[in-house]
Amino acid sequence: MGTKAHELEKADARVSRAFRKDGLLKRAYREFRNQRILYLMVLPGLIYFLVFRYYPMYGAIIAFKDYRVTEGITGSPWVGLEHFREIFSSTYFTNVLSNTLLISAYRFFFGIPAPILLALMLNEVRITWFKKSVQTVTYLPHFLSWVVIYGILSIMLSSSDGLVNKAIVSAGGAKISFLSDPDWFRTVLVASGIWKEIGWSAIIYLAALTAISTELYEAASVDGASRLRKIRDISLPGIMPVVALVSLLSLGNLLSAGFEQVFLMYNPAVYGVGDIIDTWVYRQGIQNFQFSVAAAVGVFKGVIGLILIVTCNWLAKRFTGKGVIW
Amino acid sequence: MIHAGKSDRLFDGTILVILALLCLAVIIPFWYIVVMSLTPLEVWTNTRTAFFPPLNKITFAGYEQLLTSWRLPRAFGVSVFITVFGTTLNLIVTLMMAYPLSLPHFRFRTPILFMVLFTLLFNGGIIPTYILVRDLNLMDSYWALILPGLVSAWNLLVMKAFFENLPAELRDAAKLDGASDWQVFWDVVLPLSKPILATIGLFYAVNHWNSFFDAILYITSAEKQPLQIVLRQLLQAGNMNEFVDMDTRAQMPLQSLRAAAVIIALVPMLIVYPFLQKHFTKGVLLGSIKG
Repeated sequence: MGTKAHELEKADARVSRAFRKDGLLKRAYREFRNQRILYLMVLPGLIYFLVFRYYPMYGAIIAFKDYRVTEGITGSPWVGLEHFREIFSSTYFTNVLSNTLLISAYRFFFGIPAPILLALMLNEVRITWFKKSVQTVTYLPHFLSWVVIYGILSIMLSSSDGLVNKAIVSAGGAKISFLSDPDWFRTVLVASGIWKEIGWSAIIYLAALTAISTELYEAASVDGASRLRKIRDISLPGIMPVVALVSLLSLGNLLSAGFEQVFLMYNPAVYGVGDIIDTWVYRQGIQNFQFSVAAAVGVFKGVIGLILIVTCNWLAKRFTGKGVIW
Repeated sequence: MIHAGKSDRLFDGTILVILALLCLAVIIPFWYIVVMSLTPLEVWTNTRTAFFPPLNKITFAGYEQLLTSWRLPRAFGVSVFITVFGTTLNLIVTLMMAYPLSLPHFRFRTPILFMVLFTLLFNGGIIPTYILVRDLNLMDSYWALILPGLVSAWNLLVMKAFFENLPAELRDAAKLDGASDWQVFWDVVLPLSKPILATIGLFYAVNHWNSFFDAILYITSAEKQPLQIVLRQLLQAGNMNEFVDMDTRAQMPLQSLRAAAVIIALVPMLIVYPFLQKHFTKGVLLGSIKG
């Protein structure tokens, strides 16, 4: 009797084990069958990311190889850090690096406050049609290509018949060749960058400003606070998280410095002040076929960018309790 | 109180003046370039007539010259094609990828999202991508202008955020009725997605229309070059022999032809600008809230 019960129990356990196993398989199969269409939907995008985003990361190993077109990425011989040594011992690269950092720094110190100021001013405007018009006008340049902006600039700033130089001359000044004078190149670069993006970058601050509770402003008014005081003590602190996020994201682009714009506007006369990492990579790699050296610079740039973003986010997490990005 | 009112008025006045000046800084260059493209040399070099030219001096000769030669109209057509075809592909692939990633029960959601996010932090750089496009035999093909940027990680995440914000009850109700994932997507989600498709579609379209560097890298034959490339060449060329017919070249000065080319390149953007402004603003905010 006892053994029979025991056997029965054992058989029961076997059956239920088999049953569980069957259930697992069945569940997995059923899930796959049910989600089949989801896998199919994701597939093209997944292939895209693997081929066009991840394969180039693998291809970046040519930075440590002597890339030869005939032997391909895998076949080319390894050379270790030779290209990096070559880059960092080159005085021209040092110059390119300092140009990049300087242009980025100018963009940071002038380009970040400008749209904040615009948003704060727009937020004070009570006349709706005026506010709307200013927004419509200042957003527009954002949608134009850098080529169009370059066209407008080169026509306006032309040293022979440009409007700006005509104004300078009629005011008694001397003509300036803005786009080929090393003293002016960076100024033109940063100023035109702000001109193009100021309205657009203000949108995100405007949204943050409208999210601030009106009760705060009303309470401040009751206390007799002036308009400027309210801007300083309510509006500005209210948008600080957004300011931090924007600053952090632009820090990650420290070594980019606005490639397309520089590429269009620079010329050999201003290489000394305007040649940046990306333009140099383009000329070395694609025009002079020094693929490996150029790829090494690209890897250097990518790694520094990654480190900057991760570090800044870590710092933000440490001091404010939460990361700005993740 | 009266004192406060006075200082308030001064404050408002200062802000209005600054903002008006900022608008002028945008409007003046455009207006000047329009005038330049429409008038002969002696009108726009004269400060008195540069901004308000006499109407009888206005001529469309510059536009006629540019539009009757083959170069610019051809490039315009290429750009229209790339923008329409490219944006369609961008939207289809982004949409199909974003929807499963918005579903909590999709098994590979987290690893795929992580994979996408990582591309925002690190990339292989220009050179490996260039080598890849060359190895895929895409040089001098329109595909080289479309495939390398097929899905933008930002746009994908914005679209995914949109799907996540749709009320879950809609999906659950359809599921209870026995609808499959595909039926839910096709019959319930897609009809609600028109605003996000418009926004993301415009993001992609503006990018296609404005991009030029990919064409510099990958396009070699003159007849495949998009508008921005031809405009750049035209702005940097010492003469217009390559861009307008030789016999009519003398009609308009070089700078007027350049101004006309700039206007031709920006007019399509100006036409869609009202739609852009509406949808773009939404997209930016959606992206920033979730980003």
